[in-house]
Amino acid sequence: MEEPHKTPDFESDGSILVIEKLYKSYQLGAVELQVLRGIDVTIKAGESVAIMGPSGSGKSTLLNIIGCLDRPTSGYYWLGGQEVSTLDDNQLSFIRGSHIGFVFQSFNLIEQLNVVENIEVPMYYRGLSESESDKRARQLASMVGLGDRVSHRPSELSGGERQRVAIARALANEPLIILADEPTGNLDSETGQEILDILLDLHQQGKTLIVVTHDDNIATHAGRIINLLDGRIK
Amino acid sequence: MFFFRLKRTLKLGIKSLWMHRLRSTLTTLGIIFGVSSVIAMLAIGEGASKHAQEQIARLGSTNIIIKTVEPPEEQDVSGQQETMREYGLTYADAERFRNSIPDVQVVVPIRRLPQRAWYRNRRVAIEVIGTVPWYPEMSPIRLQTGRFLSSLDMHYKQSVCVVDERVVTELFALDDPLGRDIKISSDYYRVVGIVSAQDSVSSSAVTLNNEVPVATGQGAANVGNIYIPLTAVKSRFGEISMQLSGSSGRKIEKVELQEIIIKVGKIENVMPTRAILETLLDRFHEKADYQVVVPLELLRQAERTKLIFSIVLGSIAAISLLVGGIGIMNIMLATVSERTREIGIRRALGARKRDIIVQFLSETLILTLAGGVLGIILGSIIPFFVTLFGRMPTVITGSSLMLAFGISAAVGITFGLYPAYRAANMDPIESLRHE
Repeated sequence: MEEPHKTPDFESDGSILVIEKLYKSYQLGAVELQVLRGIDVTIKAGESVAIMGPSGSGKSTLLNIIGCLDRPTSGYYWLGGQEVSTLDDNQLSFIRGSHIGFVFQSFNLIEQLNVVENIEVPMYYRGLSESESDKRARQLASMVGLGDRVSHRPSELSGGERQRVAIARALANEPLIILADEPTGNLDSETGQEILDILLDLHQQGKTLIVVTHDDNIATHAGRIINLLDGRIK
Repeated sequence: MFFFRLKRTLKLGIKSLWMHRLRSTLTTLGIIFGVSSVIAMLAIGEGASKHAQEQIARLGSTNIIIKTVEPPEEQDVSGQQETMREYGLTYADAERFRNSIPDVQVVVPIRRLPQRAWYRNRRVAIEVIGTVPWYPEMSPIRLQTGRFLSSLDMHYKQSVCVVDERVVTELFALDDPLGRDIKISSDYYRVVGIVSAQDSVSSSAVTLNNEVPVATGQGAANVGNIYIPLTAVKSRFGEISMQLSGSSGRKIEKVELQEIIIKVGKIENVMPTRAILETLLDRFHEKADYQVVVPLELLRQAERTKLIFSIVLGSIAAISLLVGGIGIMNIMLATVSERTREIGIRRALGARKRDIIVQFLSETLILTLAGGVLGIILGSIIPFFVTLFGRMPTVITGSSLMLAFGISAAVGITFGLYPAYRAANMDPIESLRHE
């Protein structure tokens, strides 16, 4: 048995995310599939980190765990000073809504809602009032350059515009980290660059950014690259 | 906070449903028809039973009605056409009832005669009702002006009459009927009072098939009733009536009374009194020339019928609601799997399982409650047309509306819970990957 871990001192070193001895395995019939085999990562506030690796290296699984969509099999995960690997479903939902801003490869906007309403979704689950969230959603929309398209549906927007909405939505609740999964994967290189610029801009403003990507161009802009191979950090 | 959430949840639900207008409408139709059939069927059932109970109640629950019935034709050996048939209730019967049965409070003998009444140059077919001054106690008629027959009228066989309002409108155009003389047969009767019209469905309507065999000389439906003292009827018209009927030629009958109504003091004594009555009648009547009608018995029968009626109609309506509910569940399950990705997105953005359940359950509830409201509207219109075209009485009770609304809400929750539960328990990672 390992001795119980102490909560890392976040105040002194400014780390926002600490992962220690993280393992994740899936049971596929009789076979146990080891996906993550002992990950140790510390990310400080304001850092920009690119997670890279070939497919099957455990990128997505690590991303899901960081995003609190999944729980590790064993190991520790502190997010903003809170151990989250043991939380229940409701608590994880709260963490997702308030501390994490997701940006997905396929945008993942809700089709029947317009731009403002899409940005409002996380604020709705957080319990902000309608007028407050509406005001903030409009601010965020103009911040990503969609101030004049607030009542458009996602189907009426281009790919780049949709990803801007997604970024605005990720910022809605002032999350601790922005978690982007192949944010430019579905975009042509020009719009991809625009999206990357927005993300880097956010990093400049002090946001913590974690990007999962195969794109070397993105990786070169990141402050730090974490290379995954076979469930371990290289 | 709660109302703000509720408002936004409803807004969101309506929005999603509005996106699939046709689907939502078709789904709701099941509930609309279910709810409206519950209301319409309850209204028809309630109306039918109320109608029957009113008719029966009009006869009085402590009353027993004995009627003269024309006995089966016995073959006369002589083959003579002009035999006089003598049957029916007699004055002696009425006396016996009054004197020999305990707890009999009122006995009203009634003699009915189809006649024509004349006033100046107007003539109408009426029914003469020879009766006693306390007749109104047993009957739903109400005195409007003047007075009813009195015991003095009875004693002196006065030529007075009380007419009902239908006779008044037919016979007296503008004249005040009080104090005028009406000619019936060959005698004049002075009008002393006016009473409300008695429904033609008095006691005969509920006796299923046996119409009171009054010697229907005139044939034509009469306009109304004229009440004359029984003693006067007896002395003016006698007891023998003659009737010309097609093949058999003349038919002569002697009937003393067409009807005797008895009022019993206590409701428990109705059935025992009936037994005594039948024994008495059996002893003094050789032929089966009478019939006993007990409104109380009919009332109980009507209540049983109503119960069965309600159960049958209710089950049919319940089945249609069930079908509607299953339709809703089916559509909601389809909606949930169609919106798997949306569920995944919402979960990633902070929605708890509970939030997802509330979202889908509220959509189902919006559908069913909208269906419930529309069903109530439709269900209130249907009975109106049933009454208009089917000439059936209908009664929409407040409780049936509440019931229907409650049922539609219950259907919404019952059939909405499972799809919502399924939506909430989907794995967010899987849902996000769902195409």
